[in-house]
Amino acid sequence: MVKLEPTTPLQGATPVEVGTMVVQEVGDLRPVTSIAPYPGRQKAVSDLLKKAHGITFPKPNMFLPGKEASCLWFGRDMALLIGVVPDPALAREAALTDQSDAWAVLSLRGDGIEAALARLCPIDTRLKQFPINSTARTEVAHMMSSLTRMSETEFQLMIFRAFARTALHEITDAMEGVAARG
Amino acid sequence: MRLEGQGLLDRSRRIGFSYDGRRYLGFSGDTLASALLANDIKVVGRSFKYHRPRGVFSAGSEEPNALVTLGHGPGQEPNARATMVELAEGLEAYSQNCWPNVDFDVMSVNDLFAPFLGAGFYYKTFMWPKAFWERIYEPVIRRAAGLGALSPEAARQKYDKAYTFCDLLVVGAGPAGLMAALSAAEAGADVILAEEDTRVGGRLNAEREEVEDQSGSAWVQKIFKRLCEMPNVRAMTRTAVVGAYDQGTYGALERMAPEVAARSGAPKATFWRIVARRSILAAGALERPIAFQNNDRPGIMMAGALRAYVNRWRVCPGQRVAVFANSDAGHRTVADLQAAGVHVAALIDVRPEAECTLGIPFYPGAQVSNTEGRRALEAITIKQDGDVEKIQADCLAMSGGWNPSLHLSCHMGGRPVWDERIVAFVPADGTIPGMTVAGAAKGVFSTAGCLQSGVEAAQAVLDDLGIKRAKVSLPKAEDGSYEITPLWSVPGKGRAWLDFQNDVTVKDVTQAATENFRSVEHMKRYTTQGMAPDQGKNSNIAALAVLADSTGQGIPETGTTTYRPPFIPVPIAALGAGGQGKGFAPERFTTSHDRTIALGAPMIEAGLWYRPSYFPQVGETHWRQSCDREVRMVRDAVGVCDVSTLGKIDVQGPDAGAFLDFVYTGMMSTLKEGRVKYGLMLREDGHVMDDGTCARLGPDHFLVTTTTAAAGQVMRHLDFVQQAFCAKMAVRFVSVSEQWAQFAVAGPKSRTLLEDMLGQKLDDTTWPFMACGHVSIGDVPARLFRISFSGELAYELAVPARYGAALFDALLSRAEALEGGPYGMEALNVMRIEKGFITHAEIHGRVTALDIGMQGMMSRKKDFIGKTMAARPGLVDEAREQMVGLKPIGTVKQLISGAHLFNPDAEAQSENDQGYITSVGFSPELGHMIGLGFLKNGRARLGEQVRMVEHLNGISTLCEVVDPVQFDAKGGRMRG
Repeated sequence: MVKLEPTTPLQGATPVEVGTMVVQEVGDLRPVTSIAPYPGRQKAVSDLLKKAHGITFPKPNMFLPGKEASCLWFGRDMALLIGVVPDPALAREAALTDQSDAWAVLSLRGDGIEAALARLCPIDTRLKQFPINSTARTEVAHMMSSLTRMSETEFQLMIFRAFARTALHEITDAMEGVAARG
Repeated sequence: MRLEGQGLLDRSRRIGFSYDGRRYLGFSGDTLASALLANDIKVVGRSFKYHRPRGVFSAGSEEPNALVTLGHGPGQEPNARATMVELAEGLEAYSQNCWPNVDFDVMSVNDLFAPFLGAGFYYKTFMWPKAFWERIYEPVIRRAAGLGALSPEAARQKYDKAYTFCDLLVVGAGPAGLMAALSAAEAGADVILAEEDTRVGGRLNAEREEVEDQSGSAWVQKIFKRLCEMPNVRAMTRTAVVGAYDQGTYGALERMAPEVAARSGAPKATFWRIVARRSILAAGALERPIAFQNNDRPGIMMAGALRAYVNRWRVCPGQRVAVFANSDAGHRTVADLQAAGVHVAALIDVRPEAECTLGIPFYPGAQVSNTEGRRALEAITIKQDGDVEKIQADCLAMSGGWNPSLHLSCHMGGRPVWDERIVAFVPADGTIPGMTVAGAAKGVFSTAGCLQSGVEAAQAVLDDLGIKRAKVSLPKAEDGSYEITPLWSVPGKGRAWLDFQNDVTVKDVTQAATENFRSVEHMKRYTTQGMAPDQGKNSNIAALAVLADSTGQGIPETGTTTYRPPFIPVPIAALGAGGQGKGFAPERFTTSHDRTIALGAPMIEAGLWYRPSYFPQVGETHWRQSCDREVRMVRDAVGVCDVSTLGKIDVQGPDAGAFLDFVYTGMMSTLKEGRVKYGLMLREDGHVMDDGTCARLGPDHFLVTTTTAAAGQVMRHLDFVQQAFCAKMAVRFVSVSEQWAQFAVAGPKSRTLLEDMLGQKLDDTTWPFMACGHVSIGDVPARLFRISFSGELAYELAVPARYGAALFDALLSRAEALEGGPYGMEALNVMRIEKGFITHAEIHGRVTALDIGMQGMMSRKKDFIGKTMAARPGLVDEAREQMVGLKPIGTVKQLISGAHLFNPDAEAQSENDQGYITSVGFSPELGHMIGLGFLKNGRARLGEQVRMVEHLNGISTLCEVVDPVQFDAKGGRMRG
């Protein structure tokens, strides 16, 4: 009988602390499912989500956090359901695809973290433009990502699993540059 | 010479630095230029062409003469403007463009040949013989001319780049910029204030002036403190805005303070991309020189710069100073020198009606016509009403008026307009969307006017953005008028410099006009005026005025050359920040990466992924030994290979089959559940885009695989097709390349291995060739595909990526027990060439399905992307180059990919070209090299001979044309 042990994308490599900033893998192995409603079915999907998981389908650039289930806008006609296995009824209205292992999830937090992000990512992360629970699909150091503001000083960054080490290297480098400026 | 008094220095902090190997002292707050002047160093460089001695000329980023190299070895920085270099403990600076040293430069012999070295000299002289240009003339000229040099070694210093956003970007923090920033910030706008100097204040730091009944610099500090306390203001000193681009984006270079740059992990500079809803250009103005004979001697500098050295840095470059001006600037300069206790030898005012009450030798209506001095200035000649007088002076301050720093306003193609009132070009309105110009940059030259102009510009921006104005009081300040008599050049015989950096004189410009280079753009290129690192900041306007005079056109009709970014030189290292080393491209690692590295496999990069070339074993000294062993291992036992890098796209929905029928050449909607089909996708132009497999996992659920390199391209293509042509189809797809770790298990013993691991039978009935389905490994759900890229009985096993590393380990230990093991890309490549399977070496973008022999896969029953265009006559011509196999049959056995094919007796020239080789490898099974290539009408030529010629190394190999499938042609090993 084979017993396969799971590993996270950055197993053991985080947290990395630089000055007041921390980058840490969120390696909780929660279920993550992409939900892509078929044309014209977004409302039906949203209703089903509400009924089964207590959460709606998010509007563009929005993150809807919940106690168990959260829903993250993830691009055109797509959201990620995070934390629970989706109700199979959703499959009638939307394509459901398991993405639990596809993304490295990182928490970037601390004073100065916006300045570090400014070195990696071309979007405007000022609080008034990118308030808490805003999300964007954007580039981070040449890698496609999903960036979400969790609090005033914490961002969640999702990167292709295979890019996780490069991402950690780039983030650490950016944080060091920011910290050194004092 | 250092003067008494505080200035803006911190005299309690002495700073040691070296120049050309000698140690000197300066103070905190000094620039390298002010510290050199304080140490009585007059000659700081040699000119570009004539190697004339040159001294500090300005006090800002426009400096043409005082270019030095900072540091030595890797990371040495050439052409640093000493006027912009902050003095720091241990700073090493070196003079450049001189040998053996800056005081005695052998190449100054060029100066004696000056009569021959005028504009157009190279063009006229080095015409023949033709071959001499590249081998003799150019190298000699390049050695004689030039500025600083980079180190050939890579710099270790880090640069970084960053993005930032604001409502208002204020460029320049002089009186106008400060008031603009303050007015906007008080109203609540997000403001970035960028200033290239180390401190804000602009001319207020350089003049003796009062603002609001206190010294200008004290008022500046008060305002700056207030700005720094506001959370909506980001004050960036040492930051030069270098370019204005589309959509309110500005490039800016921020130099770190030396003590910051010295910290571990700190960058030397940051290149900013600032996105601003609005901007205010308050970059001030640049004082312009007057051209007269020998106006380039060390000791001659701009009057405004001299005032800055005296007032801010408490330095005077001479003990007997003369002042030459065409406005009140001269009088102001004399007053400042007197206040500092410096002896003033003369004031020469171009204006005949000017009066002077300063009690010094005064020459109204006069001009400086010549200067003398061995290395530095010793005397000047004054011409007044036909009289000539020579007086002793070791420093001459000159002012020909001021040119607004309007450069950024012209970066998007705008042209400035001539303002006769101030005898200068001013920015035209609306040349940069969202930009307002204020202060001296707009031609407002009094301090009171600048303060007011800053407030007004900010208020206009606030109104435009819909932000309510806040009340800002206008400080009281000097409000003098600017009365100027134009003077560009003093008539005379000798050389009078316009462009100090590129050694261009008045004579060169008139010569250009004489030779009919009358357009300012032609004159520029003929004389090289304005083409040095200062980009003509000191010379452009005077040069075009001289040109206008020569051609008889007016200055506005002559116009300016084009202002282009960057405003100041920007190191390529800053523009490309983050691109060094690992920053060049992201690295994509498979879940088996660590184990693969531990096994000693050299890695190759494919589409950012890192994949093993081969797995060397003890005793193997050459990659071919490892590769041959791995091929035999797979053919005889079992091999394991990580194939996770192939693109995987999950396609779902009631219309998924119909959608796939439209993107593949073949029919996918009829594929049975639990089966896999090989598929080909064409581009819209009918050429092959990619190949791969398509598996049906459920009634409405397919899994498409792509090649590693084309995964992104295929995904983009599917998105395009779906959005453009199939928007109403109930189909959705998403990449699952990262979700699944997938391993090929190939070889006759693969079934044994997997049956043992999965605990289930995998015979030809339950899992026939091209079957797929769900299995489990212990309690881990997995997918199994019976597909083969090696020609052997083979499977691909996929698990969620979190189990990838563990599965690779488990597969390896089982394979090793069966005399198998891991195999890499080299072995994979050999086996697929043996089987005639294509990769992007073959489907390189110019081939059709017909070319690769897959015309049978183009369904006649349906339409699909590329079908119509693939039917064009040129693409179905049987004489096209078609894919064939090749094997060497002569004495030379080497095949080389990229080599071309010729008929055996034809000359190896392009007109005889018959095709080319795309892939080669050594087949241990066949015992010789094999290749795939494209040959004209190739399929009809099986059995014929062709000659491979590789021109680079002169290798020629006689080959037989064979079927692309050279091993197990019937496929019995693979299909079972």
